Amino acid sequence: MQPRSTPLRLSKAGLAGIFLIAPLAVSSWTLPAQASTENAPKVFERTLGNGLKVLVKPDRRAPILTSQVWYKVGASYEYGGITGVSHVLEHMMFKGTENLGPGEFSRIIAENGGEENAFTGSDYTAYYQNLASDRLEVSFELEAERMRNLSLDPESVTKEIEVVKEERRTRTDDDPQSITYERFNATAYLASPYRNPVIGWPGDLEELRLEDIKEWYRQWYAPNNATLVVAGDVDPEQVFALAEKHFGPLKAETIAPPKTRREPPQEGEKRISVKAPAQEPYLLMGYKVPAVAEASEEWEPYALEMLASVLDGGGSARFARELVRGTQVASSAGTSYSAFSRLPGLFLFDGVPAKGKDIPALEAAIRAQIERVQKELVDPEELERIRTQLIAGKVYEKDSVFYQAMQLGQLETVGLGWELADRYVEKLAAVTPEQIQAVATKYLIPDRLTVAVLDPQPLDGKQVARAPLPAGARDDVR
Amino acid sequence: MCVDYLDSGTERKGRGLTWLAVGLLVLASAAQATPQIQTWQTGNGARVLFVAAPELPMVDVRVVLDAGSARDGTKPGLASMSASMLTQGARDWDADTIALRMEDVGASLTSSADRDLLNVSIRSLTQPKALDTALETLTGVLTSPTFESDDLERLRQNTLIGLRQDQESPRTVAQKALYQAVFGDHPYASHPTGTEESVRALTREDLAAFHQQYFTGANALVAIVGDLDRASAEGLAERVVGSLPAGESPAPLPEVAELAAGALERIVFPSTQTTVLVGQPGMRRGDPDYFALYLGNHILGGSGFVSLLMQEVREKRGLSYSTYSYFLPLAQPGPFLMGLQTRNDQADQARQVMMDTLRRFVTEGPSEKELAAAKKNLTGGFPLRIASNSDIIGYLAVIGFYGLPLDYLDRFIERIEAVDAAQIRDAFARRVHPDRLAIVTVGGDGAPQVSAAGVIP
Repeated sequence: MQPRSTPLRLSKAGLAGIFLIAPLAVSSWTLPAQASTENAPKVFERTLGNGLKVLVKPDRRAPILTSQVWYKVGASYEYGGITGVSHVLEHMMFKGTENLGPGEFSRIIAENGGEENAFTGSDYTAYYQNLASDRLEVSFELEAERMRNLSLDPESVTKEIEVVKEERRTRTDDDPQSITYERFNATAYLASPYRNPVIGWPGDLEELRLEDIKEWYRQWYAPNNATLVVAGDVDPEQVFALAEKHFGPLKAETIAPPKTRREPPQEGEKRISVKAPAQEPYLLMGYKVPAVAEASEEWEPYALEMLASVLDGGGSARFARELVRGTQVASSAGTSYSAFSRLPGLFLFDGVPAKGKDIPALEAAIRAQIERVQKELVDPEELERIRTQLIAGKVYEKDSVFYQAMQLGQLETVGLGWELADRYVEKLAAVTPEQIQAVATKYLIPDRLTVAVLDPQPLDGKQVARAPLPAGARDDVR
Repeated sequence: MCVDYLDSGTERKGRGLTWLAVGLLVLASAAQATPQIQTWQTGNGARVLFVAAPELPMVDVRVVLDAGSARDGTKPGLASMSASMLTQGARDWDADTIALRMEDVGASLTSSADRDLLNVSIRSLTQPKALDTALETLTGVLTSPTFESDDLERLRQNTLIGLRQDQESPRTVAQKALYQAVFGDHPYASHPTGTEESVRALTREDLAAFHQQYFTGANALVAIVGDLDRASAEGLAERVVGSLPAGESPAPLPEVAELAAGALERIVFPSTQTTVLVGQPGMRRGDPDYFALYLGNHILGGSGFVSLLMQEVREKRGLSYSTYSYFLPLAQPGPFLMGLQTRNDQADQARQVMMDTLRRFVTEGPSEKELAAAKKNLTGGFPLRIASNSDIIGYLAVIGFYGLPLDYLDRFIERIEAVDAAQIRDAFARRVHPDRLAIVTVGGDGAPQVSAAGVIP
């Protein structure tokens, strides 16, 4: 997923993970049958009359399912003044509808043994319930209701915006690496909406009004702007029938595609420092690169994915071996890149210097690594290892129906089509050492670079008091 | 998981959703296939728990040792450093070689220590070359780690950086302070990573001695889930831990003392929010009150959006994004803990709401309606807990390590169903003491002075 609002800390965790998957046909040893695409569980697709796309991936291992509704809207659809509105609306989706009291949605899911939540990213807003496989209709009935019948109450909105402000303080303001990442994005992107944090700028959250949220809901929450994904122990025909029953009657909406500001070419390296209370410095570097959606050469994003793995695809990859162990210039160092964003993104590097090393030394070491991939072809053995890991990952991912559904939902929602979940494999398999060298040479150049450095400020944390409470005393505020 | 924002919220009052088919709310039969656990011992006395999972061509192995940070003695951080060092060198393999061995075959190897246990895990395909390499690597790091000085020095320096970064996070600062306040002299008080001072003092000899003492058959549990038959699993377990010395189990950990009085610690921190944590010794694994406390806590602060704490703190008042309570059951009683974060100037109010919610729950217990809803959630959601190999291996490790009955999963639903409101009220009254809680706040200068009775300034 797009980590646009979370710090990268220790790189790969949660970044490449979500999409570094997929089996390849090329390997030096025999693959288990389950790893080949022919035997991958099939995905069934149907589009209802009102435009709702329904995807079903049966997986009979356990009597459970995940039901997910993905809306084509997120922070990258927003504009100045209302940043954060997608995420606030996501919170409001739990606050009641024409037929559901506030919180009743969650209460019903809980009483059915369900787990539920929602998440907002730059390119999507998604809602899910994980349930025993006989409870699918509970999910559909509730999700259909809040797709078109949300009741947005002014008092409730005011209160929830306060909750979101607390969330922002927790996630961003009180985390030095996170605040550095936020400022880094706002610097790297001049015009692209990816410059805005998913949670919104504090000033915009102050100004956000009920009308803004209502309008956002009307504009984007409709069956023809959503994808319903179900994975687990289900029968596709039954799922389609239930979807028709509950979502079928919903009215479609005229959806105007978002007007998205394009990022102009960057004309030279950018560099900022971010002062925050912290103990250790932190380095972020990002190069403007294409994503699948707008690649000039179709293979380029896949070559970039493979490049990220060459540098940081595990403990045997170059950064771990050479920066953390070998030269010991980094306490941690990583890369991240996602080929599957709606708009062109960044190829990111991040790291913390090792003891006795500083940010310039770490940056120089990372630049030297970049230079090396530009000058020398990647060793075929390294590529082979990455392919093997991808193949294995494709098997391991089947341990989670949630994850399988999420892949489909994300690909469909960013406009690439869910079918890419299977084809992705071959695309990566086809990447050559020359292509990796080519994308490194073309894109990892200073004119495309933004650097942010966390400049630690004193914490000055000191203990003020520690005292016993008298036995039986209450800790009431007087 | 990698989601950008996890959210939601709920409120209890509101119009009824009468059109929602009532039948849907009726629980399906509780009859649910639970994993069939097989168990045996290796020649040197290690216990093995195995579940055959033939659906996917993969295997998870987790070796669990009674060698968590509670066994650090006078050297906090020892268990954790030992665990980290296992993957940095073994036999004639250096760290690069170990990483290459695993990643060349698409397998993974992880090791870590928490308070009670040290665990070393692999995940591999069943493809013979992959599994053989992964198992040989696991065997090597368990039985013959080298603990090279250079690697120790590198990990030490990086651990020290990690400890300094911990000080950047108000929540981590609060968590560490709370464990100190709750556990005092008990080994559970220390953070598994140790302190700057103790990590600086660790030597290669310390690690070797720790390994020699705790990496034994008698002290090991092997959990296996995957596409294997019993004979293969037996061979696997014997191969992985069979060459460890038989050894013996360490003495039980010391008892955890109840807190004699409440205490409040306020740490000034340059943050926009104040983190409030309160805690006390809670319960152990296998505790006679386990299900009553577990179910009660589920209602109080363990069920996310529908919990009482979430209702009172977030939904009614908008005071915090996150608020929760939990019991962390350990070999000895682990903590009962409640927490939230809120804007500095609201810290006292939010703490008050959290404490009032706890007091009311301890005094009144759950309503019948709350109890019924929580039972439906836990029993109806049970299939989700055992759906994946990852879930099952986690349960095997806990069941095996803490000596829980092998029918723990089979009987989970009936045990939850058997708890009534009076039992919860009684268990909370005996075990949770709102007037004797350790309270830690970590937050900004903007917060009003804490005005706990009799305390401060």
